[in-house]
This record gives sequence, structure tokens and C-alpha cells, in this order.
Amino acid sequence: MSILPDLFLTFAKIGLFTFGGGYAMIALIEDACVEKKRWITHDEMMDVTVIAESTPGPIAINCATYVGFKQKGYAGAAAATVGIVLPSFCIIFMISRFLDNFLEIAWIAHAFQGIRIAVGILILDAAVKMIRKMQKRPFPLAVMIASFIAMLLVDIFALRISSITLMLAAAAVSLALYIAKGSVGREAAGK
Amino acid sequence: MIYLDLLIGFLKVGLFAFGGAYGAIPLIRDVVLSYGWISDEMLTYMIAVSESTPGPIMVNMATYVGSSQAGFAGALTATAAVVLPSFAIILLIMILLKRLLKDPYVQAVLRGLKPCIIGIILATGVFMILQRCIGSFSDISVDPTAVIMTAVLAAVYFGLPKIAKRALSPIGLIGISAAAGIIVYGLI
Repeated sequence: MSILPDLFLTFAKIGLFTFGGGYAMIALIEDACVEKKRWITHDEMMDVTVIAESTPGPIAINCATYVGFKQKGYAGAAAATVGIVLPSFCIIFMISRFLDNFLEIAWIAHAFQGIRIAVGILILDAAVKMIRKMQKRPFPLAVMIASFIAMLLVDIFALRISSITLMLAAAAVSLALYIAKGSVGREAAGK
Repeated sequence: MIYLDLLIGFLKVGLFAFGGAYGAIPLIRDVVLSYGWISDEMLTYMIAVSESTPGPIMVNMATYVGSSQAGFAGALTATAAVVLPSFAIILLIMILLKRLLKDPYVQAVLRGLKPCIIGIILATGVFMILQRCIGSFSDISVDPTAVIMTAVLAAVYFGLPKIAKRALSPIGLIGISAAAGIIVYGLI
């Protein structure tokens, strides 16, 4: 099979069979692209994962773009990325046409009442797992706690401050601290 | 115009969604509520559906919101918008800026962003649970059924790995909560 359809189909298969996204997809991508197709090496796979963690967007999409580009430039990147998105796009599009009607059925509405509670717990769990993995140093902890309190207040009082504003503020503080430290360092070195 | 709003709204989500699938949920919630596209309640249903279907949660939610607001073209617009920033950034890094992520200034920005996102995700989870249990904050009324269900589901989800040495998957928890919802809200 020529490479473009192969990229598209391989990533479409990964997109179709991974639930929950994120790290579940990494394992499948590794299996397909490193073990079976040998499109990238294991070390490259590690590199992508690191890059993916520092760039926005779903890790699966970052991986697809990376592998596709390595194999066949822009066309390859596009084929792999469209491939990984397309299956869930079709599934969700169909569900979205019917969900409103589904919710008028009493027992399904009751089921979703229960599911609402589970969603809160899952988000909480994701945050707890991230806190466990994060560096327990004063600066990240302070930023995390300040952001938590700020966001909770924004939610409770329905303030018109977006989470993006908070993120930009945190980034600005961190950058300012780094620059301030650097200039202090240079002054000390100059004397 | 709705297509332009979807495009800009989801470009913002795609551009700031550091921190994996759950990092995007507070952003999507912001965008969707500020445009008044969908209620908070419907949004949690969408999160559950996105979690229970294949593919990255962020992409699923973009497709869903786009479709609910402007049909097929809306779904296409929102999905493309949410994917585009990460697609472009990876290409940029591969072609031009192999060392970009090692730059100390970029590192400083990321050091601020990452803990902030964790705080935002934590706040979103806490707020969703509180909202379910005590209603709106301007008019507090405790819903005992929701409090008990939250306690039981949390005990099952966080307790099971300790007892059975086997974690319950997110889809597993959604399945159990759906069954509990049918029994509790339907029969009682």
C-alpha cells in the first residue's frame, strides 16, 4: 500500500478503537508506528510524548502529525491527522443528532442524571493524578493553589474572567520571575 | 455569525489546551457558556458521551458543540478549529524550531502554565460536584440524593483500586452511575 492511504488507515483504526483519549492512545500508536510499521523509533516516540506534553492539544493528534510529517511531509501530516480525527467525528456527529430526542425518554434522562455526578468525579480524579505527578516545590504549588481558588471564585460568582486569562497571568508571573532572577544574577556577576 | 464564533471559540480552546484531555474541559466550558450555546447540565452530558466514545475528548466535544449549534458545517468548523493549533505547532517545531521547547523563556512560561491548569481542572471538578449537591450558589438548597450518590460513587471509584487491586475505568464509572441514576431517580 502506498504511504498516504496507509498513514490514513492506520491512524483511522487507532482513532476508532481508543476510548478516553490521552495515554490510552499512546500505547496503540506506539504499537502500530514503532512495532508494526517501523515508521518511527522508540526514542522518537519518547520525544513526541515529551513535545506533546509541552504543546497544546490532544497527545494523539500531536503524535499523528509528527509521524505523518516524518513519513511524507505536509501531505503525510494531513493524512495521519485527518485519519485519527475522522472516526470519532462521524460517531459524535451522529450521536449529536439524536441525543436531544434520547433525553426525552424518561429512563435515559435518569441515567444521565447519574452520569452527571460521575463526570464531576472523573474531572476531580484527573486533577488529583496531575497533582501527584507534579513537582512539590513552592512556586508550582503556589500557582496551583492560587489558580484553584481564583477559578472556583470565578465559577461561584459567575465572574466574566476566562480560564485563559488566568493561564496568561500565571505564565506572565513565571516569566517575570525568571527575568528578574536573571537580571539579579547578571548584576551579581558584574560586580 | 455562528461559524465565525465557533471557529474563534475553538481555536482558543485548541491553542490553550495544555494538560491533556481534561485540561480542555474548563476551556470548552468557558467558551460554550460565554456564548450561551449550551447549558451547564447539557455540557456534562456531552463530557460523558465524549468520554464513552472513541477518540480524544476535546475533539469529540468540539464536534458535538459545533453540530448542536450549526449542523454538519458547524461540526466541521469546530473540529477543524480545535485541531488546527496543535497540528500547526507540531509542524512548526519539527521544521523550524527544534530547540524552541528548550528555550529558557519558553520553559519559564510553561512552568507557570502547567500548575495553573492543574488548579483550574481541580476547581472545575469541585465546582461541578458542589453545583450538583447544593444547587446554585445564590440560592443554596441541598439535594440529599445527589450528596449520597456522590459519596457512594466516589467511594467505589477511589476505593476499588485499593480493595480489588484493579482500577475502575472512566467508562466503567459512567456505566455504574447511569445504572444508579435509573434506579435512584426512576424507581424512588
